[in-house]
Amino acid sequence: MNKTLLATTVAAFAIAASTGLAAARDQIQIVGSSTVFPFTTAVAEKLGQGGKFKTPVVESTGTGGGIKLFCSGVGENTPDFTNASRAIKDSELETCKANGATPVEIKVGFDGIVLANSKAGTVVDLTKEQIFKALAKNVAVDGKVVPNPYTNWSDVDASLPATKIEVLGPPPTSGTRDAFVELVMLEACQDEVKAANEKACPEIREDGAFIEAGENDNLIVQKLEANANAFGVFGFSFLDQNADKLQGHKVDGVEPTFENIASGDYKISRSLFIYAKKEHVGVIPGIEEFIAEYTSDAAWGPEGYLADKGLIPLPDAERAKSAEEAKALKGMGS
Amino acid sequence: MTDTTSTTMGAAIRPRSIHADDAAKARLKKRYAAEQRFKWIGAAAIAVSALFLVLLLSTIVTQAWPALRMNYMTLPVDLSTAKVDPGALGSVNYDAIIQEALAAKIPDATSRQDRRLVRGMISTGAGLQLRQDIARDPSMLGKTVDYAVPVDDFADLYLKGLLAAKGSVVPLQSAVTVSADSGDVDLGFDKGDILTFAHAAGATEGENGVLNLTSGAASLLLEVNGGIIKLTEVSPAANDGSTAKGTVIVRPQGTAQAAGGAAKLRVIDAPESSRKISDKEIVWLEGLKGQNLVESRFNTIFFTGGASREPELAGVWGAVVGSFLTMVVTLAIAFPIGVAAAIYLEEFAPKNRWTNLIEVNINNLAAVPSIVFGLLGLAVFLNFFGLPRSAPVVGGMVLALMTMPIIIIASRASIRAVPPSIREAALGIGASKVQTVFHHVLPLAMPGIMTGTILGMAHALGETAPLLMIGMVAFIVDIPGGFTDPATILPVQIFMWADFPEPGFQQKTSAAILILLVFLIIMNAIAVILRKRFERRW
Repeated sequence: MNKTLLATTVAAFAIAASTGLAAARDQIQIVGSSTVFPFTTAVAEKLGQGGKFKTPVVESTGTGGGIKLFCSGVGENTPDFTNASRAIKDSELETCKANGATPVEIKVGFDGIVLANSKAGTVVDLTKEQIFKALAKNVAVDGKVVPNPYTNWSDVDASLPATKIEVLGPPPTSGTRDAFVELVMLEACQDEVKAANEKACPEIREDGAFIEAGENDNLIVQKLEANANAFGVFGFSFLDQNADKLQGHKVDGVEPTFENIASGDYKISRSLFIYAKKEHVGVIPGIEEFIAEYTSDAAWGPEGYLADKGLIPLPDAERAKSAEEAKALKGMGS
Repeated sequence: MTDTTSTTMGAAIRPRSIHADDAAKARLKKRYAAEQRFKWIGAAAIAVSALFLVLLLSTIVTQAWPALRMNYMTLPVDLSTAKVDPGALGSVNYDAIIQEALAAKIPDATSRQDRRLVRGMISTGAGLQLRQDIARDPSMLGKTVDYAVPVDDFADLYLKGLLAAKGSVVPLQSAVTVSADSGDVDLGFDKGDILTFAHAAGATEGENGVLNLTSGAASLLLEVNGGIIKLTEVSPAANDGSTAKGTVIVRPQGTAQAAGGAAKLRVIDAPESSRKISDKEIVWLEGLKGQNLVESRFNTIFFTGGASREPELAGVWGAVVGSFLTMVVTLAIAFPIGVAAAIYLEEFAPKNRWTNLIEVNINNLAAVPSIVFGLLGLAVFLNFFGLPRSAPVVGGMVLALMTMPIIIIASRASIRAVPPSIREAALGIGASKVQTVFHHVLPLAMPGIMTGTILGMAHALGETAPLLMIGMVAFIVDIPGGFTDPATILPVQIFMWADFPEPGFQQKTSAAILILLVFLIIMNAIAVILRKRFERRW
């Protein structure tokens, strides 16, 4: 018994060794944002289906984590692309350059952040100010900054329904939360709150009115179905895919639809990016083809398969420009 | 019976013993009551946990059930040499061939948008599948063959009754006239029953009782003269009749008046704007179903395919292979090292402060959160040794670190359970210490060690957290072929599917959970069998 066991062990190690740890990587590695993940994976699969290249491996590490890995250097052990739901920061770009990596920025589209509820509930028309008042930790009442006193939407504004404020949203680790805070909470921050403490603006109340529902947007969708009064905050693609169960609320009078986000009328939207590592072009096979696939109209065009997955395409002119720049592999800051 | 008890028994002449008075009876009653209560609480606890288990399993099974079957559309695909050049199979547009075959089945879809909808009804992987099948079986070439392609995920959900399923088909009492056989048409009804349906559909009422069906109302599809017309507006007319406007989806055969009861009305409760499948697609799918071109088959793709972003093409095989490779590495590392450590500590090591310290630390290690092992793996295996990301060899090593303490503890316990008499007998007839251990103690302890190992492995099989840091939580389409190929594992696949927005993945998630559970149950069953059949008790 022991001999067979020993033999299996040795065999296992032999296989592990023989598959060649030192073989050059022939498969693209992609890391980064979980928001861009559904789109990049679709492109990766398409590239693999072409049959010329192995399907790229796509990890969902979050924007920050992805850029950190991406910028950690040049070579087989570093990823070739990173997905980002925001533009790279200057500090990150510096790290990148210090480590010898030159990112090529490709803006791939937009993502809207929607407030939605179950079809059983009512649609409301919110303003950013109202959202701030409903969700901020500290708000100004009669010129004084106090902990958020509102319990019902009707307390925030008389035009809103008299239902309890109950918003399911992503936790602070999420890129969606970052964008929501940036596009709503910071922008609509009341002057009194800002004057009292600049740092208080992005703070979201923790008294139970805002419920952190985890990174999994599907979970939020399910909870909304069960509770008609609750609102949810998540990416547009989840509203799009669950259109039979959910309805999006208007923000500043604009409905969150594909067209309105694409045209920029719906204000809570952000740009999505992928960054390619210039140094890896020609070293890891398939990078240029991957970029070409991503920036083809069949993928990111208004009728491409990424639009079917919920990506909101760039305007035609910008798309053409972005595709051209991507093809030229123009490195950042070079 | 000893003397003392018999004397107390004999002393029962005393009328009131402390075991027979009222207080004692009350005490006894109370004790019995407490016993009963405890039994009830125990039984209730079992019942509650059994209930939860049944609830959990039945939810998963019912949710997973639809994923085990999939709908295929059989189309006459033209593979004549004019379309497919046998010399250049790689450069043929197979998707176009399939779409052409489908378009021929749906002659009513002529506009560009309609064509796009038709294209969207079959899976984007259909062309790839055809290419692979031709490569496998070139005898298909040169003729038109009936070929089954998977349908798109939303069409599949509709056909399974999971999307836009609520609705009804009812015969219409009115006689119906149609003004034309294509485009936008006017309809005349000699009764008003269509108005009732329009009201029930949630139509918005305008001037003169005109009912508008275009914004947020249920869909009304009128089947008349073999054609299908989607109603957009219904209004009352003279003599209790009514008129309607509509768009032709399927061209009717002629514009003769249909007698009362001949026309049928299909109502789809969910408004078209709020579902991912349009009225046209539903009509076409029903039409294809009527021609027996759509059939539900066992979902082999799910069991043989790798990951995919299209729910209908996604399979667990890649993750199963990844899990297997990872487990092989884990076993190959954790088992020999764990057992060797256990033998040394139990049989050879002197009992001193150092071995005590090691023992305490092994127990501590078993309680360390698994994510910590992932961080360790990232720091040591990836960053220091430079091993590849997302590889089962690294995953296996990390999980081996996690499983090792469990194996050591289980192995030590079962080695300790071997009675000293065995060792003494072996030593007594002149066996060396090593011979004693390997010839006598270890074989007797093996069933226990195996049980512990399998349970440890089952534990490792369900882990995702440690693999997060080393890049195994990733979208990997290609099925891994070796220990250094990028791979993912079953729990990670489940986690990722649960996170995808497409509703088609929900059933896949449950089905994958079911597969993971089956693996765990098999492993635990093996552990139980080993224990029952080979374990010796002394």
